Amino acid sequence: MAVVQDVHGHHDHHPSGIMRWVTTTNHKDIGTMYLWFSFAMFLVGGFLAMGIRAELFMPGIQILEPELFNSFTTLHGLIMVFGAIMPAFVGLANWQVPLMIGAPDMAFARMNNWSFWLLPVAGMLLVSSFFVPGGAAAGGWTFYPPLSAQGGMGVDMMIFAVHILGASSIMGAINIITTILNMRAPGMTLMKMPMFVWTWLITAYLLVLVMPVLAGTVTMLLTDRHFGTSFFNAAGGGDPVLFQHIFWFFGHPEVYIMILPAFGIVSEIIPTFSRKPLFGYSSMVYATASIAILSCIVWAHHMFTVGMPTVGQLFFMYATMLIAVPTGVKVFNWTATMWRGSMTFETPMLFAIGFIFLFVIGGFSGVICAIVPIDIQVQDTYYVIAHFHYVLVSGALFAIFGAVYYWLPKWCGRMYDVKLANMHFWLSMIFFNVAFFVQHFLGLAGMPRRIPDYSLQFADFNMISSIGAFGFGLTQLFFLYIVIKCIRGGEKAADRPWEGGNTLEWTLPSPAPYHTFETPPVIK
Amino acid sequence: MWGEYMSSKSVMTLLGSATLALYSSMAFSLDETSKYFHPQPQSVIAQETYDQHILALWICLAIFIVVFGVMFYSILKHRKSTGYKAANFHHSTVVEIIWTAIPLLILIAMAFPATKTVVAMKDTSEPDITIKATGYQWMWGYDYLQGEGEGISFFSKLSTPVAQVKGTEAKGENYLLEVDNNVVVPVGKKIRVITTANDVLHAWWVPAFGVKQDAIPGFIRDTWFTANKPGVYRGQCVELCGKDHGYMPIVVEVMEADKYTQWVADKKKASAAVVNTAAVGN
Repeated sequence: MAVVQDVHGHHDHHPSGIMRWVTTTNHKDIGTMYLWFSFAMFLVGGFLAMGIRAELFMPGIQILEPELFNSFTTLHGLIMVFGAIMPAFVGLANWQVPLMIGAPDMAFARMNNWSFWLLPVAGMLLVSSFFVPGGAAAGGWTFYPPLSAQGGMGVDMMIFAVHILGASSIMGAINIITTILNMRAPGMTLMKMPMFVWTWLITAYLLVLVMPVLAGTVTMLLTDRHFGTSFFNAAGGGDPVLFQHIFWFFGHPEVYIMILPAFGIVSEIIPTFSRKPLFGYSSMVYATASIAILSCIVWAHHMFTVGMPTVGQLFFMYATMLIAVPTGVKVFNWTATMWRGSMTFETPMLFAIGFIFLFVIGGFSGVICAIVPIDIQVQDTYYVIAHFHYVLVSGALFAIFGAVYYWLPKWCGRMYDVKLANMHFWLSMIFFNVAFFVQHFLGLAGMPRRIPDYSLQFADFNMISSIGAFGFGLTQLFFLYIVIKCIRGGEKAADRPWEGGNTLEWTLPSPAPYHTFETPPVIK
Repeated sequence: MWGEYMSSKSVMTLLGSATLALYSSMAFSLDETSKYFHPQPQSVIAQETYDQHILALWICLAIFIVVFGVMFYSILKHRKSTGYKAANFHHSTVVEIIWTAIPLLILIAMAFPATKTVVAMKDTSEPDITIKATGYQWMWGYDYLQGEGEGISFFSKLSTPVAQVKGTEAKGENYLLEVDNNVVVPVGKKIRVITTANDVLHAWWVPAFGVKQDAIPGFIRDTWFTANKPGVYRGQCVELCGKDHGYMPIVVEVMEADKYTQWVADKKKASAAVVNTAAVGN
C-alpha cells in the first residue's frame, strides 16, 4: 500500500514505516488497518471453529477436553462477532463513507486513530486469555451468570476486552454519525445518500444506543465476581434472568448492527451490476429504520424458555414476526432492481446474489424461530446454530467479501484475478451449505448446542458438517492469497471498473489518492 | 465471459438439492426414531408444535419458489450477455404496498395457531402429578411433590461408562442418553414439572413431549406434559452449565397406570429399607 503515499502536497507530511500506521489520522489508512485486523481475527476465530468441528467430527472425546471445548466455542463467538464482523464493517465505513458523501476525511480524525488502536489490545486480551491459569472464558459468548461467575482470570480478561471493544465501537459510531450528518458534499441531501451510507447511519445510532448497555451489564458481572454485589445472584437478592434481559437488550440490536451495513453493501452492488437504479430507494430507507426500531423491542425472543408470562411470550413473538415485513420489503426491492436490468455477474454480484439466496433461508428459519412453540423446541439446539450462521456467515460475511471485491480496485488501483475470485465464491457457497444446512436437521432431531460429544444418531450429519467447515476454512486462506496477489501486482484498474457504478467514489482515480475531495464535489 | 460462472444448470442443481434435502427429511419424520427431523410427537403440545412447523415450512417453500422463481428468471433472461437492455423504473407505490401487506397477512395466519398453543403451554393448573426437577453440575435431582408417588426422591446421573466416551470401549445404543434412574410417569396423566437449579442455569428438555424449561438457581419455573403412550423418551440439558454440560441427559419412562402404581410401591419399599438400615446402623 506504499503507493498511496503522496510526497507532493505540503500537507502530506507524515511519518513513514510503522509510525505512519501508529499515528495516522487518514481515514483510508485507518480503514485498511481495520480490515486487516478483522481478517486476522477472522483467521483466529476460524482456527477455533476448526477445533470445534474437529472434535465434533465423530462421537466421543478425541481432541478437546470438554472445558477447553467450551472455551473454544465461547471465544469463537466473541472473536467473530466483536473482532471480525464488526471491525470489518467499521473498516468499510472508514474507507467508503467519506468517498461516497464527498467528504475529505472522517469528522474526528484523531479519535478515529484511537478507536482503531484500542482493538488490537482487546484482541490480544481475548487470545492470551487461553494461556492464563484457569484458561479462557468457557461460559458461552453470551456469558450468562451464574456460570460466568465461576470462571478464572480468563473471564475477567474477556470482560475487560468487551469494555475496550465497546468503547471503540461507540467512538467509531459517533464519528460516523457526525461525518454523515455534517460533511456531505453540497447538494447531497439525506435522501440522495447512497444506501450504504444510510444503513451505516442507522447502524451507528444502534451502536450508540446499545453498546453502553453491554458495558453496564459486564460491569455488573465484574462487581458480582469481585466486589461482593449480587445483581445476578439469587442468594443475595439478585436475579440471573436480569442479566439475560440486559444482555439481549444489547444483543438483539447487535444482530442488526451486523446485518444492516450488509444490506447497504448489497443495495450498492445489485444496482451497479443490474445497470439500473435501486428499486424503492425511499422504502429501503424506511425499511432499514423500521428494522432498527423493531430490533430494540424483540430482545426476549432469545429467552422463550426462561419462563416468561403468557403475555410476555406473545408480545415478543408478534414483535419478532413483524420484523419479517421490512426485511421482506428489502428482498423484494432487490429482486425488482434485478428485474429487467442488464445484468453481468462479476464477483461482487455473485456474492450479493449468494447473500440474498442464503440470507433468505436464514430469514425463514428466523420466522420459524419466532413462533414460540417451535422456538421452545429448537432453542439452544443446532437449529439455532444453523439459523444464525446463515445470517452471519452467508449474510454479513458474504456481504463483506462482496464489498472487498467491489471496492478493492478503488483501494489499491489493481484488479484481482477474477477467475480465482469467482472460484472463491463458488467454493465458499458450496462448503458453507455443506457445513451448515445439515445442522438444521441435527437441531430438529434434538442435538443441543455447546456440547463436545453427542449420541450416535447425530454422527453422520456431524461428519458432513465438519467436512464442509474444513473446506470453508481452507477456502478463506485462498481469499487471503487472492487479495495479496492483487495488491502485489494485479492488472491496472480503471477509475470506474464497473460500468454501472454511479456513486462518488468512482469519479476518483484508482487507486484513490491519499487525500480526496479536499474541494467538495457538487451534487446535482 | 462472466455469465459462464453462473450457469443456469449449477443454480438449478443447488436449488433442487437444497429443497430436496429439506422436504425429503419430512418423510423420515413418520419414523419414530427419526435421526433427521423432530422425534415423533408424544403429547398434544408436541403435536401442535410439529404441525405448526410443517405449516411454516410449506409457507416458506411457497414464498421461496415465488421470490427466487422471479429472481432466477431475471438472472437467466435479463443479462447483458444476451443483449438485454436495462429498463429504468425505480419505484411503484402500489406494488410496494402489496408486498408489505401480503407478508403481514401470512404472518397473522401463522401467529394465530401459535397463540393458542402458547396459552395451552402456560396452563400448568390442576396437574395429576407434580415433579420437581433440580439441575446440578452435572446431574438431575427429582422430587415427586404431589399426586401418586408423592415423597419419592432420587438423583439421575449419566450411566454411560467413561470408557465409551474415551473410545476404549464400543459405544452403546443409547450412548450419552442413558441414566441410572429414569423419571417414571403414568401415561395420560397431566404431569407438572417444576424446575430449579442448585448452582448454575440448566434446562430440562424432552423433545418428544415438546417441553423445554430453563432451571434457574433461586427461582422456580414450571411446565407440563401429558404423555400419549408408554415408552422411554430421551432428552438432554440444553443450557450451557459448564464442563459436563453434554453429560446430563434426561430419560422419562412412561408406564401404564397399574405398572406405575407398582413402581411407586417398589420405590417406597426401597427407600423405607434404606431408612431402616440406617436406623439399625445407628
